[in-house]
Amino acid sequence: MDLSTRHLGLELRNPLVVGASPLVTGPDDARAMEGAGAAALVLHSLFEEEILAEVGAHLAAEAHAESFAEALSYLPESGHPGPGPYLDLVASVKAAVGIPVIGSLNGFTPGGWTSYARKIQEAGADALELNVHFVATDPTENGHEVVMRTVETVGEVCGAVDIPVAVKLSPYFSSFPHMATRIRDAGASGLVVFNRFFQPDLDIEALEVVPSLRLSTSDELLERLRLLSLLHGRVDLSLAATGGVHTAVDVIKALMAGADVTQMVSALLIHGPEHLTRTLSALEFWMDDHGYESVEQMKGSLSLARAPNPQAIVRANYMQVLDSWDG
Amino acid sequence: MAQRRMVTIDGNEATASVAHRLNEVCAIYPITPSSPMGEHADEWSARGRTNIWGTVPQVVEMQSEGGASGAVHGSLQGGALTTTFTASQGLLLMIPNMHKIAGELTSTVFHVSARTVATHALSIFGDHSDIYDCRATGWAMLASNSVQEAHDFACIAQAATLESRIPFLHFFDGFRTSHEVSKIEELTDDDLRSMIDEELVQAHRRRALSPDHPVLRGAAQNPDTFFQAREAINTYYEACPGIVQKAMDRFAALTGRAYRLFDYVGDPEAERVVILMGSGADAVHEYVEWATRHGEKVGVLKVRLYRPFSKEHLVAALPKTVKAIAVLDRTKEPGAGGEPLYLDVVTALAEARVEGLSDFVREPRVVGGRYGLSSKEFNAGMIKGVFDELARDTPKNHFTVGIVDDVSFTSLPLNEDFDIEPDDVTRAVFWGLGSDGTVGANKNSIKIIGEETDNWAQGYFVYDSKKAGAITISHLRFGPRPIRSSYLIKKANFVACHQWVFLDKYDVLEYAEPGAVFLVNSPFGPDEVWDHFPVEVQEQILEKNLKLYVIDAYSVAKESGMGMRINTIMQTCFFAISGVLPRDEAIAQIKNAIKKTYGVKGDEIVQLNFKAVDNSLANLHEVKVPGKVTSTHRRPPIVPDEAPDFVKKVTAVMIAGKGDLLPVSAFPPDGTWPTATTQWEKRNIALEIPVWDEELCIQCNKCALVCPHAAIRAKVYDPALLEGAPETFKSVDYKAPDFKGMKYTIQVAPEDCTGCTLCVKVCPAKDRTNPSHKALDMHPQMPLREPERANYAFFLDLPEVDRTKITKLDVKTSQFLQPLFEYSGACLGCGETPYIKLMTQLFGDRALIANATGCSSIYGGNLPTTPYSVNQDGRGPAWSNSLFEDNAEFGLGFRLAVDHANEYARQLVQKLAGQLGDELAGGLLTADQSSEAGIAEQRARVDALRQKLAGIDSPDARHLEVVADSLVRKSVWVVGGDGWAYDIGYGGLDHVLALNRDVNILVLDTAVYSNTGGQASKATPLAAAAKFAYAGKPMASKDLGMMAMTYGHVYVAQVAFGSKDRQTVQAFQEAESYHGTSLIIAYSHCIAHGYGMEDGLTHQELAVNSGLWPLYRFDPRRAAMGEPPLKLDSREPKVSLEELARLEGRFRMVMKTNPEHAKELMEKAERAARERYEIYRQLSQIRPTPVDSEPAS
Repeated sequence: MDLSTRHLGLELRNPLVVGASPLVTGPDDARAMEGAGAAALVLHSLFEEEILAEVGAHLAAEAHAESFAEALSYLPESGHPGPGPYLDLVASVKAAVGIPVIGSLNGFTPGGWTSYARKIQEAGADALELNVHFVATDPTENGHEVVMRTVETVGEVCGAVDIPVAVKLSPYFSSFPHMATRIRDAGASGLVVFNRFFQPDLDIEALEVVPSLRLSTSDELLERLRLLSLLHGRVDLSLAATGGVHTAVDVIKALMAGADVTQMVSALLIHGPEHLTRTLSALEFWMDDHGYESVEQMKGSLSLARAPNPQAIVRANYMQVLDSWDG
Repeated sequence: MAQRRMVTIDGNEATASVAHRLNEVCAIYPITPSSPMGEHADEWSARGRTNIWGTVPQVVEMQSEGGASGAVHGSLQGGALTTTFTASQGLLLMIPNMHKIAGELTSTVFHVSARTVATHALSIFGDHSDIYDCRATGWAMLASNSVQEAHDFACIAQAATLESRIPFLHFFDGFRTSHEVSKIEELTDDDLRSMIDEELVQAHRRRALSPDHPVLRGAAQNPDTFFQAREAINTYYEACPGIVQKAMDRFAALTGRAYRLFDYVGDPEAERVVILMGSGADAVHEYVEWATRHGEKVGVLKVRLYRPFSKEHLVAALPKTVKAIAVLDRTKEPGAGGEPLYLDVVTALAEARVEGLSDFVREPRVVGGRYGLSSKEFNAGMIKGVFDELARDTPKNHFTVGIVDDVSFTSLPLNEDFDIEPDDVTRAVFWGLGSDGTVGANKNSIKIIGEETDNWAQGYFVYDSKKAGAITISHLRFGPRPIRSSYLIKKANFVACHQWVFLDKYDVLEYAEPGAVFLVNSPFGPDEVWDHFPVEVQEQILEKNLKLYVIDAYSVAKESGMGMRINTIMQTCFFAISGVLPRDEAIAQIKNAIKKTYGVKGDEIVQLNFKAVDNSLANLHEVKVPGKVTSTHRRPPIVPDEAPDFVKKVTAVMIAGKGDLLPVSAFPPDGTWPTATTQWEKRNIALEIPVWDEELCIQCNKCALVCPHAAIRAKVYDPALLEGAPETFKSVDYKAPDFKGMKYTIQVAPEDCTGCTLCVKVCPAKDRTNPSHKALDMHPQMPLREPERANYAFFLDLPEVDRTKITKLDVKTSQFLQPLFEYSGACLGCGETPYIKLMTQLFGDRALIANATGCSSIYGGNLPTTPYSVNQDGRGPAWSNSLFEDNAEFGLGFRLAVDHANEYARQLVQKLAGQLGDELAGGLLTADQSSEAGIAEQRARVDALRQKLAGIDSPDARHLEVVADSLVRKSVWVVGGDGWAYDIGYGGLDHVLALNRDVNILVLDTAVYSNTGGQASKATPLAAAAKFAYAGKPMASKDLGMMAMTYGHVYVAQVAFGSKDRQTVQAFQEAESYHGTSLIIAYSHCIAHGYGMEDGLTHQELAVNSGLWPLYRFDPRRAAMGEPPLKLDSREPKVSLEELARLEGRFRMVMKTNPEHAKELMEKAERAARERYEIYRQLSQIRPTPVDSEPAS
């Protein structure tokens, strides 16, 4: 059984990638994931805000320094703040495992922070995932401007590195396939669909907005499947599905829709690394049972280009769905 | 051999750099100004830096300097090369061990940044009083006069101690040398190896105690042998000077820097010579070079090896022609026949004469003088004064120089305008705020100029006595020769004022010489700035013909993303204007320096600074100075006219920075000062202040409770009093039933508020339709200053609440009580001061406070103004500071005296009962003083007593008059930080707890030594980094509360006002009402924790919720009633410690530098927190059997 696949120009032993998350915090976690079968690791993101927050923290610490004769500073001199530790993480994980390690950078504006892309590459990452996380809030900013800013950011990051860059986007673009094309033109090699927003909740007692994080469910996969099937074979980008990949069935669906790999996070947070092993056995069992010899055979088999009933993908076929509802 | 580098570092680093490389063990303890030596050693060892033998020295922080010296003694006995770093009281604590170490002929060097020993007052600054206190220990003493010498002598001392076996005290002047940044040549490891004889090192190691070749040291000897055995050591002392000179000669051959035991500089046929040691000697050296060039026959003798004092070398070094000698001592020994060095010189010369060692043309006349106490200036004008005095026929003896002594007339005349600084030395003075980064940028400039050019460079920095809104004045010199001017610049050719507001407060231009450049950071552009200067500034610019440059640095900083940091901008302007370096080269060097300094902190910081540099040049303008004074405003008076006389005559001069001008007669001779003086110093440091929305306010008074500076207050008052209120004075009906019908106001003190925002953060009253608006919002201070000043004055005039009318004391009602601790110099958002303020609100009018040295003694008692204040009756806390280590004992002493006075008064009342009347006497003796009403009634009785006593003519009546006030119950508070309570003062604290007398101990627990810059204490949490715990603290914090509880009779509370203010207020009341010993351990957020102080309350809450800081009250009175004495006031940890840790720099630092280690520590810390909580939980369920010996309640 050939489970191997190709993603971002990297040869992977199977289509199960550990997605960007707090799952891998050091070499031990990385080795556990590799041992359980992961084909590649995407490390958690180095956030644009994190980089800038360190600048802020530095300024705050300096505000008290050199003010008072008895205490010219209040914390030991740290020679290693800023995103250095992230780069150390990249390097140590890379050294610990044989599978590809993908660094991740999260931001939404062009600027100096993109230089960290280069540093992540230098730290040994095999590829970079750029998570363009953005919620439009400015009423005067139109969709075109959002697109342009995103494209510019992608261009800057791609220009800064030699390793392949995959861009992780939200679905909220007027024309996603067009956006995908722009991203590719800006230099990206892959697309990761989709990023999941942390959705803020409201505390009605304290009159405050509180951040909340919910794990994904398989239901969320459907939206991804449609988009993958739209893109497969039509945009020259390596595709990854993330968000809602919990079971072998989810993996199979994503591949059939057109993904080259699937990323798993929530399921691993719930069940631990060994869930990878179980999913891989289930995948193999299913493929064997259904006469598939390789993952390649499945890839994009139900994409827009190849599905027997493509109209179900494009037109959402309201009438049929509504008619089928008899409840 | 490796090439030697030129480096620009301060004296502490220069010393530690050698000490760390030449030792195997360092036992350390923080004390200003020596702490940075220990910090460097700890950091270098944590980073794995090795000594010249290739091993990493072990660095261990002890609980006190006494402890450090004990550990050093032990380690030396174990054969390790061992050192320590200390100063002042710390050195005094080492004296007992120093006697032993010397008596045992043990090779070691202690490095001391000499500092004033506290007498009538504490001083952190430099003189030789601590050094002289060690004269009897038998240690050799080697004096360094400059940063280079501190570096060199650290090495020479080590070489000499190994050969002579006599321990060495290597010292240099605190601050003047320890903190002066200077360009020096760094000794390489090879240099050090060349200086240290390996044979001697091995001999030292062979003398180690070992069971493999056992000996006994430290025996007890008796009258038959002690004396002779003591004399057996003499030959070592005789040999020592020669050994030191030999080491100096070896050093000279190696480096070219030649030193002698007594270094003479000056005319070989000098007639007048000054003898002294320390940094002042360099200033005299500079003067002598100038004076001999001008034909004067003068010289200076620098004492290097002060002990053993070699009269042969002294006499040999003096020119035979000398007629008059002034020996200058940087100390005062009242009652002595003279100061120590003077006596040594007089004795040596007398003996030399008798023994025929000297061959002076004529026996010189020797006088002694005092100078430079507590880092008092010692400049060329003063030195000239000394030489001038020596030229007189009968020079004054036992004189002082540098002050005006109009009481005992010891002082020599001052030559204020005398200056000998050469024109080719660039002298620049910078006025900045601590928070604007001026000092950091200047240190950077010195590095650039010192390391990138052939110039020699020197920087010295004068800091503020206040922590919030602190002012800094930087003095920088650059020149073609080594700089010996160990005094402040008087005539600068460049003066920069980095804060516009200073122009209205200080005489910024007093430093400017004629034709100097004046650079000012101004919100006004080049065309309008002139008219905005006060008259005094315009006058000086015109008189001195200054060149004026202006930049709006805050706008540039904002544009460049630098927030409020204007350091790089002003630094760029300095280089652009001063011409110390060609402009382009200077800019390139600044950028290089930025890369070096901030490179490790990330590209963003580097880029932001680059941007700031570029933007600065575009925004720097030269101003064409108009030919006349146009301003209409003068600098306002320092203090208002209604201030008390003493404040106007003395305090105001100090506030203005002119305290040096005050004569001796201005001062009380015993260190006694009036309290309540911060009210006269309006500092206006807040850019924004809170504005109250009276309609939205729910009248909880939490804002007043959390305010660290008592700058926001609440009052209830009769509506009729509103008549005549200023137009903008806000008032609203009081809502609760206790003061129904009254009016209520929350008022900010606009000029005292520091803008910390804690009040806004704690305010729970949100606008329902717009929750971002609260009952308190921050608004710019400037437009509010005038109206709110009037409002605050009106508010203060409203009567204080009648304390006896408050029936239930809680968070809210406690804040109607007048704070008797206000506007201190504590940091913005300080987490300690709200506790002290609350204590003064509840008990301040009858409180005595014993305050351990530390933050609380500095913001509580550092002049010029102090925050403890008085109520309308003139009552308020009486405050004193003894030492760092003895505060519990000191406070206990208060109680013993108060109780004794009370007992005596009661006896006298009983004795005079017949004349006083039974009712009054009985009332006085049986008064219930457990409530405010009871206290008020007793005060009324004491007033009645005084009236009666006035009519009684007997000695007993007179005695009773003096002690009558002791009949009113006094509240004794022992206040200090965790460094005191957990570490250095713990022995005494424990004893006081055991005695169970009625004292209340308040531990302001920041979990580090905050005042000295955040060194680890035993309160530092596991997994947190601190200085002296660079790699993260591997042990759990000490559970002081639990230890106190084990006595059973101690009231113990652990509180955190940011988490549960109700419990805090309750604990203070319970502690005070308990007639035995009470201990309150108060969680105090602190800048040393590594987050913005505006978030202090959130962090307190997280500390409680994560189990780092469980809240509880242990009340022995509950045990007496058969209830569990321990009551847990916080729930089981509900968030992980990691959640807190991620938000605090002290933890994050470890996570970043060593994630794996941090993870381990964090797991350990989580476990420890949970276990601790579980133990408390179990204890809180135990009902003990009441014991008989319960204290009265």
